[in-house]
Amino acid sequence: MLHKLRSGLTTLGVLFGTSSVIAMLAIGEGASAQAQEQIKNMGSQNVIMRSVKPLEDQNQGSQTTRILSYGLTQEDRERVEVNFPSVGRVVPSRLVTQEARFEDRVITQPRIVATIPDWLTVSGREVSAGRFLTESDMSGAKNVCVLGTEVARDLFLFANPIGKRVKLGADYFDVIGTIEPRMRFDSDAPGAGEETTKELFIPLPTADNWFGNMNMSRRAGSFNAEEVELHELLIGVTNIDDVIGIANASREMLDRFHDDKDWEVVVPLELLAQAEKTKRIFNIVLGSIAGISLLVGGIGIMNVMLATVTERTREIGIRRALGAKRRDIVAQFLVETVVLSVGGGLFGVALGLLIPKIVQWYTDMPTLVTLEAPILAFTISAGIGVLFGIYPAWRASHMDPVDALRHE
Amino acid sequence: MRNDPSAVVGEAPLERILIRADSGSHADPVAEFRGVERVYRMGNQEVRALDHIDLVFRKGEYWSIIGPSGSGKSTMLNVLGCLDRPSKGLYELGGEDTGLLDDDALSELRSRRLGFIFQSYNLIPQLNVLDNIMVPLLYQSNPPKDGEERARHLAGRVGLQDRLDHRPRELSGGQMQRVAIARALVNDPDMILADEATGNLDSQTSREILNLFDELHKEGKTIVFVTHEAIVSERAERVLVMGDGRVCEIRETAKEPRA
Repeated sequence: MLHKLRSGLTTLGVLFGTSSVIAMLAIGEGASAQAQEQIKNMGSQNVIMRSVKPLEDQNQGSQTTRILSYGLTQEDRERVEVNFPSVGRVVPSRLVTQEARFEDRVITQPRIVATIPDWLTVSGREVSAGRFLTESDMSGAKNVCVLGTEVARDLFLFANPIGKRVKLGADYFDVIGTIEPRMRFDSDAPGAGEETTKELFIPLPTADNWFGNMNMSRRAGSFNAEEVELHELLIGVTNIDDVIGIANASREMLDRFHDDKDWEVVVPLELLAQAEKTKRIFNIVLGSIAGISLLVGGIGIMNVMLATVTERTREIGIRRALGAKRRDIVAQFLVETVVLSVGGGLFGVALGLLIPKIVQWYTDMPTLVTLEAPILAFTISAGIGVLFGIYPAWRASHMDPVDALRHE
Repeated sequence: MRNDPSAVVGEAPLERILIRADSGSHADPVAEFRGVERVYRMGNQEVRALDHIDLVFRKGEYWSIIGPSGSGKSTMLNVLGCLDRPSKGLYELGGEDTGLLDDDALSELRSRRLGFIFQSYNLIPQLNVLDNIMVPLLYQSNPPKDGEERARHLAGRVGLQDRLDHRPRELSGGQMQRVAIARALVNDPDMILADEATGNLDSQTSREILNLFDELHKEGKTIVFVTHEAIVSERAERVLVMGDGRVCEIRETAKEPRA
């Protein structure tokens, strides 16, 4: 410990190594935890069939009026129910393009989901006030709606929306309940202009009655209409072991009955497995990068210790002459190396715990510090101190005392 | 445990046996060389730093070793101090054959039986005076309980009781050498080995240091010091003159009490 600056700089190497291990693992864990949370929110026992707008033919761009018809149909729904008896529930839903209005407040592009009561259980969402759609809403094709949190907030501010009437398009709907918000998925915004999660729910038969399955949009000089029977079929599988099989069978089935690729099948369970795999690779890559920086820190320590040993050759000679055994010399230098690396390791852990917080503060990137990360990083840094201290200490202890005493 | 000396001596040429040196007193031998050789290899050349030496150092004796540089006197001291091993022959310290001891045992022997004093003092710069004196005790397997007390006493003895907290760089050469002497005494050694102990000191300070040696000798310590100054060597009772790795002459000095 003769040179404070030199020791300090050496410690910095280990410090940054340790803190980068912790920070990188925290960022990796955070990202994957978020991804897994999202996927789990989609329901790991679910298979989701979605309608996908086929790639547009550029030639049709000049036409002023066209109707595009694509996507899942009621027939698909029946086929699923008939062919996969082990399936628990099949929940169809259709998106309706209308604006939502309450008094003078308007939401121009809400996500109006026309669906059935089972949607709530299969999608795993919770009612926050009032109730969700019921069978009697279905059979009566009643004009009722359930609001998502954002819609309720935008239209009613802080007033209680239940019992009020919301105007969808030209028709009035009674608000019967609100539901808890969900986490946003990256897959929420498949198309431009559809970035909203401002969702509200109406009974599917009501949507059939009032809006049909034609969605129209007008732009300057053109008129577009899309005809989609069902936008989504949410399949709740009773037994989790059947999920992959049913997913594959539904892909085959859709492939056979649809000429265009106007559908996709999303399997959260597959995504989950994929996410775990990605996480593993991610962790290995980040871990290796951080590990390399720790290694570099270790080499720095070794370098400094070798210099120290050379510099203190004479002291080693004196101590040996006065009776120090080889192991005494080894211990002396090893202790010094371990103090350097453990010191660096401790400060590194502190910095490593701080970095994820800063990252989260500035970038909104989620981070997650697991208990293992600091323990692992600290153990490695202390271990590296010992490992890279052994050679310089060994060299010190095996100097010839006579030569060492003669050293200038 | 003791090897038969005749086995080693018997092989040696006759003239070498003749210069086998022993004061012949009845005091116990502290250190004994029998047919000791030390050969260095420098490239293809062999250098005989010690060439078949037989010597007995007895308890309470006061030796000086003198000779030109390259005569082997430093090697002799290194072998005596168990810092170097003979290439051939037997070196016994306190009745133990050092050839049979491993590195650890030799280290233990140094910390218990030997006191070293060097030309360049060789104090440890980052330790204060008291800690420097106590270094030999640090490495003993059963250090004495009263080590610090002993170190303080010795510091007082060499006149440094007021400087226990000082670092070596704050001391003069003479003071540093006094610390080294105290350090050499702290383990109550069988033999004190000094290598050009006055080489870096002015004549006044040298005299003080040598007076300290004389005092130690009077107390019954065994002292062997190497010097290249004839006047200094005369302070000892027995002067060993070396040349080309051999013992050239062993002389008893007519020691008179000094004024």
